[in-house]
Amino acid sequence: MNKVVNNADEAINDIKDGMTLMLGGFGLCGLPENCIAALVKKGVKELTCISNNAGVDDFGIGLMLKQRQVKKMISSYVGENAEFERQLLSGELEVELVPQGTLATRCMAAGYGMPAIFTPAGIGTEVAIGKEIRNFNGKDYLMEMAFDADFAIVKAWKGDSMGNLVYRATARNFNAVMAMAGKITIAEVEELVKPGELDPDHIHTPGIYVHRIFQGKNYEKRIEQRTVRKRI
Amino acid sequence: MLDKEGIAKRIAKEIKDGYYVNLGIGIPTLVANYIPHEIDVVLQSENGMLGMGPFPFEGEEDADVINAGKQTITMLPGSAIFDSAMSFGMIRAKKVNLTILGAMEVSENGDIASWKIPGKMVKGMGGAMDLVASAENIIVAMQHTNKAGESKLLPKCMLPLTGINCVKKIVTELGVFDVLPEGGFKLLERAPGVSVKDIKKATAGKLIIEGEIPEMII
Repeated sequence: MNKVVNNADEAINDIKDGMTLMLGGFGLCGLPENCIAALVKKGVKELTCISNNAGVDDFGIGLMLKQRQVKKMISSYVGENAEFERQLLSGELEVELVPQGTLATRCMAAGYGMPAIFTPAGIGTEVAIGKEIRNFNGKDYLMEMAFDADFAIVKAWKGDSMGNLVYRATARNFNAVMAMAGKITIAEVEELVKPGELDPDHIHTPGIYVHRIFQGKNYEKRIEQRTVRKRI
Repeated sequence: MLDKEGIAKRIAKEIKDGYYVNLGIGIPTLVANYIPHEIDVVLQSENGMLGMGPFPFEGEEDADVINAGKQTITMLPGSAIFDSAMSFGMIRAKKVNLTILGAMEVSENGDIASWKIPGKMVKGMGGAMDLVASAENIIVAMQHTNKAGESKLLPKCMLPLTGINCVKKIVTELGVFDVLPEGGFKLLERAPGVSVKDIKKATAGKLIIEGEIPEMII
């Protein structure tokens, strides 16, 4: 079983205008950099992007926003991107702001074959508008639907040709949940290895969830806020 | 009156041995610096880590190791990494003992507004709604009044809500307050140099004052 493709361009070749994409990452950490660059190059537009954040103006999904490729963002926090805020306030960009836990769990539901989940996040707030509320054991919960994404695009640390993935530290974040949830999952990895090199006990995403995998290159791995402490 | 460090220092006294704690962005992050060394506390970072440590030394920053505020950090011995679904799962299932976060407004019945100023700031709620909807112990760290000098402890929140009936305790530069189940802010302690009169003047919501109010010891 060989799911390896040569590069990001090949991996995204059938992504079309108007599709819904999940993109992994938290802030600038664990971003599928190669696929984002390929999407910008390809020029696909009218996209609905499900991603926790929108990057910064010149990195991450910010690059796609600059090219007006995104019709709708589904995120929990989009604070560090001035272009995003501008497009939002002007009405050019449709935005669905979703509590971070709800975002992660709606991805998880899709990956676990569950049509909906119940969560207390957003009860009593504008997030609850238009949604079904059910009471369990005296507490109100919102019914939230599983996402339905054409593609999930994730970044992992290591992966093998069968699609098994291992993530590194906090670069895991949404990548592991989204990898399970796309109709087609594309994984870019820092190191592509042969089957058998990854310990089955330590695989974070079993290959069954992954359809295409490639060896990524030239990762910038930008740090959003470099905070340090002094040696005394 | 307390400064931001003072507020953080006072809140740190609420943390008990063996607690798993989530610290929000802003003043709450400073609380980490004042956790007593004698107790064992594990900090949870919503982006998928237990055992969050201090900032790295210069030159040792790792782009794959960040906190919920997107700052570079380190991991302490005994740390664990998990994905975003598990992170909010442990929050929702009440495994996290204490949540400390900032706010723009808190109401007498414990409602909190902390994420949106319509037309001006619409950055998103991040993990705040999940945290306040699920945590049993929520402490708000904030300034007592806003930039216009208006009270942030209100009868009712005017800004879009993050959650309802959830805040249990508030620490501001003026004092420590319990939010009572039956409604109202009960004054527990005054900040150094602050009088009950100062606090009454700055508080628009219902203030409950019983007996002599001690001055904070930090």
